[in-house]
Amino acid sequence: MNWTAIAAIYRFEMARFFRTLAQSFLSPVLSTSLYFVVFGTAIGSRIQEVEGVSYGAFIVPGLIMLSVVMLCISNASFGIYFPKFLGTIYELLSAPVNFIEIVIGYVGAAATKALFVGVVILITATFFVDLRIEHPLAMVAFLVLTCLSFSLLGFIIGIWASNFEQMSLVPQLVVTPLIFLGGTFYSISMLPPVWQTITLFNPVVYLISGFRWSFYGLADVPIVFSLLAILAFTGICLGIIWWIFKTGWRIRS
Amino acid sequence: MTPILSIRDLRKSYAGGFEALKGVSLDIEQGEILALLGPNGAGKTTLISTICGITTPTSGSVTVGGHDIQTDFRAARQMIGLVPQEIALEPFEKVWNTVRFSRGLFGYGTDNARIEEILRKLSLWDKRKSAIKELSGGMKRRVLIAKALAHEPRVLFLDEPTAGVDVELRKDMWEIVAELKQAGVTIILTTHYIEEAEAIADRVGVIDKGELLLVQDKATLMAQMGKKQIEVMLTAPIEAIPDCLAAHNLTLNGNGDSLVYTYDTNADRTGITTLLNDVAEAGLVLRDVQTRQSSLEEIFVNLVSGDPA
Repeated sequence: MNWTAIAAIYRFEMARFFRTLAQSFLSPVLSTSLYFVVFGTAIGSRIQEVEGVSYGAFIVPGLIMLSVVMLCISNASFGIYFPKFLGTIYELLSAPVNFIEIVIGYVGAAATKALFVGVVILITATFFVDLRIEHPLAMVAFLVLTCLSFSLLGFIIGIWASNFEQMSLVPQLVVTPLIFLGGTFYSISMLPPVWQTITLFNPVVYLISGFRWSFYGLADVPIVFSLLAILAFTGICLGIIWWIFKTGWRIRS
Repeated sequence: MTPILSIRDLRKSYAGGFEALKGVSLDIEQGEILALLGPNGAGKTTLISTICGITTPTSGSVTVGGHDIQTDFRAARQMIGLVPQEIALEPFEKVWNTVRFSRGLFGYGTDNARIEEILRKLSLWDKRKSAIKELSGGMKRRVLIAKALAHEPRVLFLDEPTAGVDVELRKDMWEIVAELKQAGVTIILTTHYIEEAEAIADRVGVIDKGELLLVQDKATLMAQMGKKQIEVMLTAPIEAIPDCLAAHNLTLNGNGDSLVYTYDTNADRTGITTLLNDVAEAGLVLRDVQTRQSSLEEIFVNLVSGDPA
């Protein structure tokens, strides 16, 4: 393993993050506050509690997931798309590094940035609601796994995209609807039975359910299913990336 | 001596059926400077990209320092530095950081002294804290070279290094190349500028339509294929070449005041003495005599157009 190369890629990517540190932190703080004002206050005045948890507190895990997932995808996709767009990818392809090292560098940096923001949102949330974390280790594990798996997805999108429009296509058309319909702002049990069944095909449900369980011990689906779902998703992404580098799809002519 | 770079029957075909490289074979010795000449689309960049790992070859093999570029890619790439044709740099990154990044990619830790040495050599030291977007085009090209040299490569590829740069920078670039050669670095450069190949290369390769037409020692090439011309300028213009000079295959220039004689520098007898005697016998008075050697450019144009030189 060329650990120095991994560190170089990671540091280079993190430098981009630190160049825009203020907006990296201000933007999630602002949007989280808005969600609390709009959803927490407006809807929270009608739904006061969900399974014994105040509505404001109930939506915190979903809100963190919403931001973290979107950030992972945008960070990782831009991270690898930018070298493609600028032409600087030549350096990566001609360096003594293999695909595992490239992925660790880029995905690691994207996941770290999203993790930072996730923590910022968590801290911001404590100003609005009373939070409790029943299973802190599981919470950290879910957060880290989510960051990694969705950064892998972002990396794939960045390699697949051949223009900036395509970069936002998957996040906007696929990921956003899945997150909003994945129980971010409600419990699955609040839906009619037919929709409860349909919702089970949404992978994000497992993610948010597992993450919410780590906070309040409440889960829409068994925790093991959540864990398996996220592991399977990570495995699929890794498989696709392995194939991309094996065939050189969209990166090596 | 084992060549530092050995290319065997290298082929590259694209999905559409276009064959960019049609079985290129070439050996390059350590420390030499090889200039690859060829028109646009000849396959120069494809050849370099394939050796460097940016393009996957369809068949054939390449070894760098004895290491196969596919089965032993780490060791092979470790020895290679690449300066691409296009200026491709992260605009917001600082010069120092981008050079450090390149060094890191090749497995070397930050060595401040080494990075400083490279930046000073390329007159980039004063700009080390500048963001790349603030630099001029020439400076950006220097940054590309600095990045390529950051890991101390033994083989350096310069893909059109002086395309679009001013005369001063071109001269600087030639000096850098000469210094690297002194340090034992093997250099392969592609160029459109024939004078560049003429000025700095040891050997010249001519590539066209994916085929290597020839690779030869520059001096030998020029001697073998070079023609020399002697121009005999007359004090008074003449209307036609006198009959007694017909055997010399002379051409009379437009004004009728000079005769041009083309001869082979390698011939046993160049025929110059006879020509000058015959000119004197014809009663023509000489004003001046000039000789001119055909340049690499003429040789190149002749080769690529398929005409015998």
